[in-house]
Amino acid sequence: MNSWSRFNIVSVVLGFAFLYLPIVLLVIFSFNESKLVTVWAGFSTKWYVSLFNNQGLMDAAWVTIRVALLSATIATVLGTMAALALTRYTRFRGRLLFSGMVYAPLVMPEVITGLSLLLLFVAIGFDRGFVTVTLAHITFSMCFVTVVVQSRLLSFDRSVEEAAMDLGATPVKTFFEVTLPIIAPAVLSGWMLALTLSLDDLVIASFTSGPGATTLPMKIYSQVRLGVTPEINAACTLLIGLVAVGVVIASILTKRREVQRLRDEQAAFAGR
Amino acid sequence: MKSLGNIRRSFAPWTDPDAKPFITFRNVTKRFGDFTAVDDLTLNIYHREFFALLGASGCGKSTLLRMLAGFERPTSGEIILDGQDIAGIPPYKRPVNMMFQSYALFPHMTVESNIGFGLRQDGMPKTEIAERVAQMLKLVKLEKFAKRKPHQLSGGQRQRVALARSLAKRPKVLLLDEPLGALDKKLREETQFELMDLQQELGLTFVVVTHDQEEAMTMADRIAVMSHGKVIQVATPAEIYEAPNSRFVADFIGDVNILDGKVSASGNGKIELAVNEGFTIRTATGHAPAAGSAAGFAIRPEKLKVTRAAPVDASVNAAEGEIWDIGYLGDMTVFYVKLGSGKVVKASMLNAQREVEDPISYDEKVWVSFGETAGVVLKD
Repeated sequence: MNSWSRFNIVSVVLGFAFLYLPIVLLVIFSFNESKLVTVWAGFSTKWYVSLFNNQGLMDAAWVTIRVALLSATIATVLGTMAALALTRYTRFRGRLLFSGMVYAPLVMPEVITGLSLLLLFVAIGFDRGFVTVTLAHITFSMCFVTVVVQSRLLSFDRSVEEAAMDLGATPVKTFFEVTLPIIAPAVLSGWMLALTLSLDDLVIASFTSGPGATTLPMKIYSQVRLGVTPEINAACTLLIGLVAVGVVIASILTKRREVQRLRDEQAAFAGR
Repeated sequence: MKSLGNIRRSFAPWTDPDAKPFITFRNVTKRFGDFTAVDDLTLNIYHREFFALLGASGCGKSTLLRMLAGFERPTSGEIILDGQDIAGIPPYKRPVNMMFQSYALFPHMTVESNIGFGLRQDGMPKTEIAERVAQMLKLVKLEKFAKRKPHQLSGGQRQRVALARSLAKRPKVLLLDEPLGALDKKLREETQFELMDLQQELGLTFVVVTHDQEEAMTMADRIAVMSHGKVIQVATPAEIYEAPNSRFVADFIGDVNILDGKVSASGNGKIELAVNEGFTIRTATGHAPAAGSAAGFAIRPEKLKVTRAAPVDASVNAAEGEIWDIGYLGDMTVFYVKLGSGKVVKASMLNAQREVEDPISYDEKVWVSFGETAGVVLKD
């Protein structure tokens, strides 16, 4: 057995502290009785109650959820189509340019993306609001979906599609009955990625949003500038909880599927 | 009646001038950019024939199969199936099904729905589909595995699912792309005979692509040996082996010794050949190159006799040499004999007895001899 050297213990503790101390502090202070964020005055859940009574924050949360669901869904459709085009039609005119352009938003500073979108919306006289935020989020999250789906398509056995066509399925039917079900996990994780990106985006939303379409990150940011309230801590704690539950469920599901698969394979080889 | 090889075939429509071919490739060419995969190829395949396309990788055999399935369109020429030009018909409308090398099973469907996929595309009623699927499962002996997914099956079982799926629609022609390539040796031998029985039973036309000559020899009624997009020879396995039409085919199929020389006498269905190894070959031949022309002579290792004593008539078809190397393979022993000229020929001898009195050993002087019908004169 390896014994734990002092150095190992110290580095693990430091590493985790670095990652999680701020979050732990935030969670602890969300249960603070006092209005002062840094002074502990006893346990209370009153900030959670007042959070749900804060109409401004709740409205912002609702806008964020709607923008995220809508933009993630459209970005997934467009991103998947782009991935298909990039992997399947290997020799069309301007393919290299197109694939480069799809990846550009991955490395583009958000400020530039936001600013350019703002200029575009102003130039064509588009009133800023819910629609513009959604469009902006589609624009920048689409490329993430493309990357995820494309990597799945690269390892895709094309003969499965040929087999479907050989058996009488038209290309459209082949896509929906064979291709899509097989790449569904990648499409789904692309969608989740787009959803998360949209949920916590502040910069691009600030540029492209207008009155009546304030997202939760924008709202939190503007409130924090007037002073951090335990209410914000409570909101963040809820978000952290939500994300943690999501991550745990996802990893349990993956693990379980893997174990099942392993068992199936062993069974197949044992009982030939 | 004499016949090549020790089997006689009752099924031989290609010898009947009135028989109509079921599949015809006529002057088919397929180019990918600068690369010519199939080069002005003409080929007939008959109804109920088990036809093999044999060749090294890149010879165009797979492209030919994919053109028949509809995944590639010929650059020029026509492909006729059952009297109809199918060049412009998309794969999903062809009465042809294919079994893929990778099996290409649908990973998200059970064995049952994999087999029923093609039938569902045709809009067959549910009860009929269930009936046909059950029939197919029985055919490939997988009744117990109907509800499993492909990843829950072994390699051999997956192969049978792929076969059942491609047969479910009762295609006019079944295309098989390296059908046994992914199986281990023992399973492959079993499956070869299963496939042949199946083909007989269902009365279908099978076109199989393979790079494995043993597989092609065992299963096929006729073999097309391909190289660089062209068909070099189309014939029965026995003809291909015993009467190769060219140096390429002789060399490609099985082991062969090729001796080069000049025709010294010709006539009466026989020729004499003065080979570079310094002796004379007298052999029966179907075609007779003119005296004085260069010709190659091919002879298989098992048709050469290795003896210590000189043959009775050592003036023709006999050469002296010494044992260069011996390979003991169990069922047979292979002697590598170095002739006077320095050329090493290969001769194999069946080990019909367990014990041999005073066996031939290394560095011994021996005679290599053969009969007048043991080899063939090559056309090129």
